[in-house]
Amino acid sequence: MDWLTGMLADTELRLTAVWAALPEFVRFVLVDLFKILVVVVPLFIAVAYFTYWERRIIGWIQNRLGPNRVGWEGVLQPFADLIKMLFKQVIVPGNANRFLFLLAPIVALIPALAVWAAVPMSESFVIADINAGLLYVLALTSMGVYGVILAGWASNSKYAFLGAMRCAAQIVAYEIAMGFALVGVLMAGGSLNLGDIVRAQEGTSVLSWFLWPLFPLFLVYFISGVAETNRSPFDVAEGESEIVAGFHVEYGGIGFGLFFVAEYANMILITALTATFFLGGWLSPFAGVPGLAETWIAAPSFGWLAAKMAFFSFCFLWFRATFPRYRYDQIMRLGWKVFIPITIVWIAVEGVMAAFEIGPWAAGI
Amino acid sequence: MLATYAPVLIFLLVAAGFGVVLLALGLALGRGSRDPQKLSPYECGFEAFEDSRMRFDVRYYLVAILFIIFDLEIAFLFPWAVSLDRIGLFGLVAMGIFLAVLVVGFVYEWRKGALEWD
Repeated sequence: MDWLTGMLADTELRLTAVWAALPEFVRFVLVDLFKILVVVVPLFIAVAYFTYWERRIIGWIQNRLGPNRVGWEGVLQPFADLIKMLFKQVIVPGNANRFLFLLAPIVALIPALAVWAAVPMSESFVIADINAGLLYVLALTSMGVYGVILAGWASNSKYAFLGAMRCAAQIVAYEIAMGFALVGVLMAGGSLNLGDIVRAQEGTSVLSWFLWPLFPLFLVYFISGVAETNRSPFDVAEGESEIVAGFHVEYGGIGFGLFFVAEYANMILITALTATFFLGGWLSPFAGVPGLAETWIAAPSFGWLAAKMAFFSFCFLWFRATFPRYRYDQIMRLGWKVFIPITIVWIAVEGVMAAFEIGPWAAGI
Repeated sequence: MLATYAPVLIFLLVAAGFGVVLLALGLALGRGSRDPQKLSPYECGFEAFEDSRMRFDVRYYLVAILFIIFDLEIAFLFPWAVSLDRIGLFGLVAMGIFLAVLVVGFVYEWRKGALEWD
């Protein structure tokens, strides 16, 4: 065994020497690439299993089985789907704009992945701890609509075009309600940095989470998130019974797969952001409970964020299995005539709370 | 400053790389015939009647215009909300007046029927 430990120590020394010899810039990029992989690879796995659980859970709700053949209880189903998608022909319609048609799924995927740079996973782990984090998140999530518009336009198909128009109008309408809800979060948090927003919710117990003083904004934000990602019951953009599949009707194989990954990554992002803004991100719900102090249950960790995200992810599936689809005019009415007035009123309420130093503003303004 | 934003740039490039590689793999692996019927746009089995870049409802355009107005207002609210603890009562009252003007505009749009969709 001596020669083995000797060889390992030798290799370690050599690797350390190689690492030290690298220019600082290269070391920075390598560390960063590693961090990105630490986020992106689990994200891809999460997307894969989100699709699996979607089919299983909706199956159970509808009193059927869902996929249970590939691997034990169907756990390999997402990988079977991926392999199938890779080997399917990518059909580019004859009168489509070939370049834009192939560009659209990539344009949809880039923001869906890159937003995660600013999302804090735990007290210490975030890829880019930027002070304008929330602006970055908003900017990139708005970019997602370009992929949809490009796809609908480049396909040169009526269903795709109609789907893209509906989808774009719906996304921008709900983005305003979302933006106003975030203004409320900012008033309470006092910072654009997502980590600082979570730290502002740190306190004696669960009661210091923004969920309580901002409860209407929490509801508006999460429901707008469901509408932003074009999920049921707001999925008119791909309503099967009206416009077949909406903006990605002409896409097959991996082109469709990329849109799919982008949609699910965006859904997981909405759950992470809802947890971060309103439910204290990585903070433990049991902090401050007598008898649990100093145990892992009360300690902040990534596990708590994951648990909150899992709950909201389940809500996405639950909604889909429970609610019938909204009509398009009802969707627009809900966005413009219900959510925007609610958020404006609540911003005014928060202003009054701040003036009288209630709730998160108890320290005084 | 640059060091904190550099990871964002790298992440954007990595994300683009993922997209390009997956799409290239799909194009390389997925083989099949390409006859004109298969490449025609999907229209429930019919031949395409007319060009699909048709006229569309003007209300989509209206939604886009309203979106720009409201989005700018949100962008204007952000710095105010972040500095709420430093601007005091004066800042609150000033924003109250601004929001009141905004609400007047919103009510006008509502009464004019710009938000109707049926």
